[in-house]
Amino acid sequence: MTSVSVRNFSIIAHIDHGKSTLADRMLERTGSISERNMRAQVLDSMDLERERGITIKAQAVRLDYHASDGSAVVLNLIDTPGHVDFSYEVSRSLAACEGAVLLVDAAQGVEAQTLANAYLAIEAGLEIIPVINKIDLPAADPDKVAAEIALILGVEADGVIRVSAKTGDGIEELLDRIVRDIPPPTSEGDELRALVFDSYYDSYRGVVCYVRVVDGVLAAGDTVRFSATAERHTAAEVGVLTPLAVPVAQLGPGEVGYLITGVKEIDRIRVGDTITHPGQAAVRPLPGYAEPRPMVYSGLFPSDGDDLERLREALEKLRMNDASLVFEPETSRALGFGFRCGFLGLLHMEIVRERLEREYNLDLVATAPSVAYRVTATDGSSFEIRSPQDLPDRGKIELLEEPYVRAMIIAPSEYTGTIMELVQTRRGSMDHMQYLSPERVELTYNLPLAEVVFDFFDHLKSRTRGYASLDYEPGEYRISDLVKVDILLNGQPVDAFSTITHNEKAYLYGKKMVERLRQLIPRQLFDVPIQAAIGTRVIARETVKARRKDVIAKCYGGDVSRKRKLLERQKEGKKRMKMVGSVEVPQDAFISALRVDTET
Amino acid sequence: MRPDSVELAEAAADWIGTYVHVPFCARICPYCDFNVVEGRDDYQAKFVTAVQAEIAAEPGWEPLDSVAFGGGTPSRLPPEALTEVLSAIRSRFGFKINTEISIEANPEDWSGAMAESLIRGGFNRVSFGAQSFDPGVLASLGRMHEPTDITRGVQSARRAGFRSISLDLMFGTPGESAESWHASVEQAVALEPDHLSLYALTVERGTALSRSITAGAPAPDEDDQADKYEMAQARLADAGYVRYEVSNFARPGHACRYNLLTWAQGEYLGFGPGAHGHRGTYRYRNIHRLDAYFQAVLEGRRPEQGREAQTRWEREQERLMLGLRRVAGVEAGCAGKALAKDDWGRRLFAAELLVWDGTRIVVDKPLMGSEVARAVLALASGDC
Repeated sequence: MTSVSVRNFSIIAHIDHGKSTLADRMLERTGSISERNMRAQVLDSMDLERERGITIKAQAVRLDYHASDGSAVVLNLIDTPGHVDFSYEVSRSLAACEGAVLLVDAAQGVEAQTLANAYLAIEAGLEIIPVINKIDLPAADPDKVAAEIALILGVEADGVIRVSAKTGDGIEELLDRIVRDIPPPTSEGDELRALVFDSYYDSYRGVVCYVRVVDGVLAAGDTVRFSATAERHTAAEVGVLTPLAVPVAQLGPGEVGYLITGVKEIDRIRVGDTITHPGQAAVRPLPGYAEPRPMVYSGLFPSDGDDLERLREALEKLRMNDASLVFEPETSRALGFGFRCGFLGLLHMEIVRERLEREYNLDLVATAPSVAYRVTATDGSSFEIRSPQDLPDRGKIELLEEPYVRAMIIAPSEYTGTIMELVQTRRGSMDHMQYLSPERVELTYNLPLAEVVFDFFDHLKSRTRGYASLDYEPGEYRISDLVKVDILLNGQPVDAFSTITHNEKAYLYGKKMVERLRQLIPRQLFDVPIQAAIGTRVIARETVKARRKDVIAKCYGGDVSRKRKLLERQKEGKKRMKMVGSVEVPQDAFISALRVDTET
Repeated sequence: MRPDSVELAEAAADWIGTYVHVPFCARICPYCDFNVVEGRDDYQAKFVTAVQAEIAAEPGWEPLDSVAFGGGTPSRLPPEALTEVLSAIRSRFGFKINTEISIEANPEDWSGAMAESLIRGGFNRVSFGAQSFDPGVLASLGRMHEPTDITRGVQSARRAGFRSISLDLMFGTPGESAESWHASVEQAVALEPDHLSLYALTVERGTALSRSITAGAPAPDEDDQADKYEMAQARLADAGYVRYEVSNFARPGHACRYNLLTWAQGEYLGFGPGAHGHRGTYRYRNIHRLDAYFQAVLEGRRPEQGREAQTRWEREQERLMLGLRRVAGVEAGCAGKALAKDDWGRRLFAAELLVWDGTRIVVDKPLMGSEVARAVLALASGDC
């Protein structure tokens, strides 16, 4: 098999710009899947992906295409996630490709994520094929969108292909352009080098690796060596995805497919690793990509302490398919035992939580998301903390730094003012601004990550009537005037509510939390002060006044059994209370106080 | 004897009584969750026949210490009918010289003729559902009488020779001002009743009041009710009334026997639809629905809907749950000692809700009694 007949490409698109529909249409046109058997949006196989309209895991599909000039070509479509949190997955998908289709909605125009991913593709040296989708929509303005794309990519506007993935218009032209413009894979030698660009855990087959053969041939039955771990395994099965897994005898240079070795533990396979044959001398590993770095941390606790083991097992299972998820045990006085989990971003966090709740039927409490801070202590040591509890006393801190991001926002230019305002309240500063067209502007800011991860995107959306899009990339750490705010219940700190925040925002946080808790904590046998404090300095205070009346007014002969039942029911409610010091707190008070933030 | 004396409280454990439930009402009060019917006065004759049959079917017992007619509104029945039922009880069980024979009455039903007729029939105690002396509050409680009906009622009862006259007052109705409550207490005291029951308006599930609050009407306020209770308690103490239970106050010699009996786990039989009874180690309840009740009785069956047998431990818990409502408190006993060792119980002692003098436990903050009751019910069954 020669590599001339192969094209490897990705589709880069914003959420809802029609990537999955386009992929379906390509599958259909190339006869890879019959229309009748087609489940709409084959690539988005996880239920959650279908519901949210986003793609989480990269997947690969092989399309056998007969180009209009009659030549037979194998097209490997390598899927990419479309959300900001998953840019590292985008980069690893791109590493397996020579080209990318940049798909833009004809009514919406270019969005920030699309642009960010397009830049990633350009940096990776990929050939970009710009495509405008949804030209059938009444609101479509393909000329304007083509002009935007031309400005951004520096190409001719009339070279932009116009398609409707829904009706199928322009799909043939696009497939032909993929064959024509995207270079076939090139090979440097005959010795095997294959890139593991993704993997997942299958409960029957063990770890399934998605591979891109760069040089040489990977055949079923081969003994293969994983460079990073130096482990040797037998290639029990190699195959292609059509999108169903079809075993093949071998994968040649430039080809994309899967490899099953029988390995059961996902951690033994490193995504980004290079596969070779043992005994090959001095193999130059393929360029991998940066390990995913968690950016957001949150404690996950089972509402029912008995579910701790189930939560651990569920996290371990999720981790099998999501190397970016990290977790370690955490103990909270308020919430009991749980796990401190690291996520790529807020969406990633929400998806993991939803999957835990839905697929594993767990009821969870999540603490407020936090970022990783960098501490330089007075004794000269420096370290990173991922939880407010780990912050040393103020007196022992020389420097406290927080991570910043470079955030790119694309929005209609009329919203520039309101976006600037928002960014200012979030301690951001402008880096630059560029008009994509007279109506649309690209704004770049430096912002503390902590300000972005909370609800920045929601506010951005509501201020711009949903028109703004956002993408961000990690930036540098900067020294900030940060403080730890503790919330004290009857003098006892409630760890789950401690937060690290900018000095100027500490009062607002403290005030908000003590007010919220005052409403959630029932009156006790004595007055209960609720305080927000920075160190020993109290910055906000509320009091839950002692209960004064809790008695059944009438209890005579006819009532005894009834009243007893009522009291028994109330007693059960009391049993579900948690003791924080001498204060009884309903289990769900902490949950409610924490949930308000994740919901707004 | 002082209403709050330990001797009286403990003696009541050996008393026996009967309760007759009269379910008829002219109008159902929005806060009421008792077994009541509105506008079925056509059933009264049938009711009187059925209750007499139910009483007659009961095997004999000792002479009674207490007879109570409650409801509903017993005063909806003509005095002759009430007397007939009482006669049936007397001939079945017999009375003692000091048997308390008590009836609940609505002031608007009451008259001098009725009072005299009931006295002749043997009744010696009446408890008026006065609730308030404020026409506005009476209206929002759905009551049909005027404040002057209360005054007239008490006066005619006294003239007729009732040995004990009691007033029920209700406080903490949304919209009732502190002044209004104060005035109600003053007017009640001015009538010099022998006994007073002060009830905090309580929102019971399934009542019209509960539905209107769900729909947005104001709910009773805990602090408002606590303030009003404390105010009334001080005023009544001043006027010579002794509190002997959470909601009950009496002049010496006028503690309600039926009340004392139930808090001391005494035995009593319940007659009428939905009535409850307590014999030995079980509690039972009668069929609620009038027609089903009639049918059972007239077919010669016991109109019992269900009963629950109590274990020794459940009875011990109940002894505390009920006994701690009294100012006299309870002997610590097995459950009391367990409570003193229990985490929850210890918190209550620490907060001075509970006081233990070595033999008896008493609740020092009567308004927090449910917290105590729950702690008692939460005790793991001990070695009793």
